[in-house]
Amino acid sequence: METFPHRHILGIEGLSRADIEHVLDTSNAFLEVSRRPVRKVPTLRGKTVINLFYENSTRTRTSFELAGKRMSADVINISVASSSVSKGETLYDTCKTLEAMHPDVIVMRHASSGAPHFVARNVRCSVINAGDGMHEHPTQALLDAFTIRRARGTLEGLTVAIVGDVAHSRVARSNALLLKQFGCTVRFVGPDTLVPPELAGYGVELHHEVEAGVRDADVVMVLRVQTERLKGALLSSLGEYSRTFGINRRRLALAKPGALVMHPGPMNRGVEIEPDVADGATSAVLDQVEAGVAIRMALLYLLAGDSGEA
Amino acid sequence: MLLLLGGRVLDPSTGRDETADVVVEAGRIVRVGPGAAGEFAGREQVERIDCSGKWVVPGFIDLHVHLREPGHEYKEDLASGLAAAAAGGFTTVCPMANTRPCNDNRAITEMMMSGAKAVGRGVRLLPFGAMTKGLAGEELAEMGDMRKAGAIGVSDDGRCLMNAAVMRRALEYASTFDLLVSQHAEDHHMTEGAQMNEGELSTRLGLRGWPREAEDIIVARDLILVERTRARYHVAHISSMGAVRLIREAKSRGLRVSAEVTPHHLTMTEQALINYDTHCKVNPPLRTEEDRAALIAALADGTIDCIATDHAPHSTMEKDCEFSAASVGINGLETAIASTLALVRAGQLSPLRWVESLSTSPAKLVPDLDAGSLREGSRADITVVDPERRWTVTREALRSKSFNTPLLNHEVTGGIHRTIAGGAVIYEAPRS
Repeated sequence: METFPHRHILGIEGLSRADIEHVLDTSNAFLEVSRRPVRKVPTLRGKTVINLFYENSTRTRTSFELAGKRMSADVINISVASSSVSKGETLYDTCKTLEAMHPDVIVMRHASSGAPHFVARNVRCSVINAGDGMHEHPTQALLDAFTIRRARGTLEGLTVAIVGDVAHSRVARSNALLLKQFGCTVRFVGPDTLVPPELAGYGVELHHEVEAGVRDADVVMVLRVQTERLKGALLSSLGEYSRTFGINRRRLALAKPGALVMHPGPMNRGVEIEPDVADGATSAVLDQVEAGVAIRMALLYLLAGDSGEA
Repeated sequence: MLLLLGGRVLDPSTGRDETADVVVEAGRIVRVGPGAAGEFAGREQVERIDCSGKWVVPGFIDLHVHLREPGHEYKEDLASGLAAAAAGGFTTVCPMANTRPCNDNRAITEMMMSGAKAVGRGVRLLPFGAMTKGLAGEELAEMGDMRKAGAIGVSDDGRCLMNAAVMRRALEYASTFDLLVSQHAEDHHMTEGAQMNEGELSTRLGLRGWPREAEDIIVARDLILVERTRARYHVAHISSMGAVRLIREAKSRGLRVSAEVTPHHLTMTEQALINYDTHCKVNPPLRTEEDRAALIAALADGTIDCIATDHAPHSTMEKDCEFSAASVGINGLETAIASTLALVRAGQLSPLRWVESLSTSPAKLVPDLDAGSLREGSRADITVVDPERRWTVTREALRSKSFNTPLLNHEVTGGIHRTIAGGAVIYEAPRS
């Protein structure tokens, strides 16, 4: 197999279409590993993966942990209760300390946009961005693309509606960057406060009416909406949000027949998504979770797998 | 006696731009003109400085610096800050009040004044006092007392005075003592958690935006308040084209308003942040090319009065970290000349206007200040600029304690040959 031309995965920005296809193709093989009775391969034996999480995330951390373990890597989880005011160790010192332990990959989640870029500049090992602030969440976009491609056979030319708190969403950003590479029509859908005009810079359509936003879409990707948005005067109430933008059966019916429903999780059932949609026949929510492990196995393999040396 | 021989003498106060000599004696400029040194040829004990190829201009005045003493001496102190000023060609600097404790009373002002004198770098210190006690935006600081101790203006810089009622009273009260009121224009409600200019790029980088409107709204409000007072109002570090429009309009109506712009807002845009370079994190943030063009045009036509560095030294700890944790500010005293000379070379600013914006214009904002002119009889605050000097901005080359500048390790063109304050040479370029 051709070599993967990146040392870090800091964002979808910087990955070419060929790079993305390379990851998706590699993931196919690893999806199969997770479905075996013995879900372990020796590929990364002797390699060390550190999950460095400055934000709580059961699902992403577990996904990376399983991915590493199924590849036989030694996986260490570090959770740092962080707040910018708490006077703990600086990120610089944490980098240097971890580096002295010779990891092969640091998987990192941090509330500050660009933090993985800072770490990548200060360590010799690979860095995978598991979500940085409002910036990017590349592994989520890759697993979403993988899920869509398996369900639809292709990404090419699809219409994808991303509904919800796009302004604060690293998932939406990474997805838009990725999907645009495959000629998708991407729509950001939500109130003006959460879908501001600057987002048009992604070459996407902006919709402030949910019906128009999901009409004839192949994929409806629903984002989590949080109560903390009430604080910045960005939303009035979750109830009104649900009434105006929540994805229910009636709204989903406007999309293409059989349109895929996705959600990066964790879901607020009854807020941004109704339970019968979340659990509906075309819901791909659990496929996304399964794909997540495969994508992360593929990335660990591509970054840390032995490419010839002892 | 000091003879500055054969330089290009640029004096905005008289409009002079010619090859000439400048003669200094007993701390004063005694003669200026082509061949003026000739009549003193026979004198003994004369120091001669060959200024051919150099620009001889009034000593630069920086209305906006942070020298960090008292309280943050690990970033900068009076000794290092004033040395940096001299090396940057500045003979007068105006430190802001956000020290710790802050300069909101006479004791701190006096401490700064005597500290500067004790340090003895020859650079004049004219501090801004706080507008409100503790920079808290609630109660007026003792402006009269601070004025007596040497303050030339008041400002809560670092914070905006948000309360319109208090701002109105501050403008009125400051008028009593003829103090310049310098506003850090930022509606803090609009910039909570902000990291950079709001726009497509902030969206893309996932950094919270600092919208221009947060500046424009405060400037607009203040101009309305200024109209009913006698105050002299000054916009610190203007960064948005909207605020420029407001100032232009206010000046056309004859209001007593002025504005300063920093070298970084004149020469850089938000594009510098693409790789999360914390050295470019500054408040107000670097904006767009459109804003930058408006700032340059406004500086050229006099809408913006002067260039001020907003010299904001920070230690490595405060910059070598994730972007949102990094402190705001750029170390500017020693690079201001090189970076703004680029505008002169590009033909965007005439040499005379460039000199004026760094000396004569800021001097006019300080009542009765004997500075900003090379007229015979003036105090001999003179900067000799070497517009062609190429040098590399390194840690070692800087006198400042800190080196938080995006120009670090870059080669720049334009330096200081000599800085002369009160007739004494206080800085001499290293021989290259």
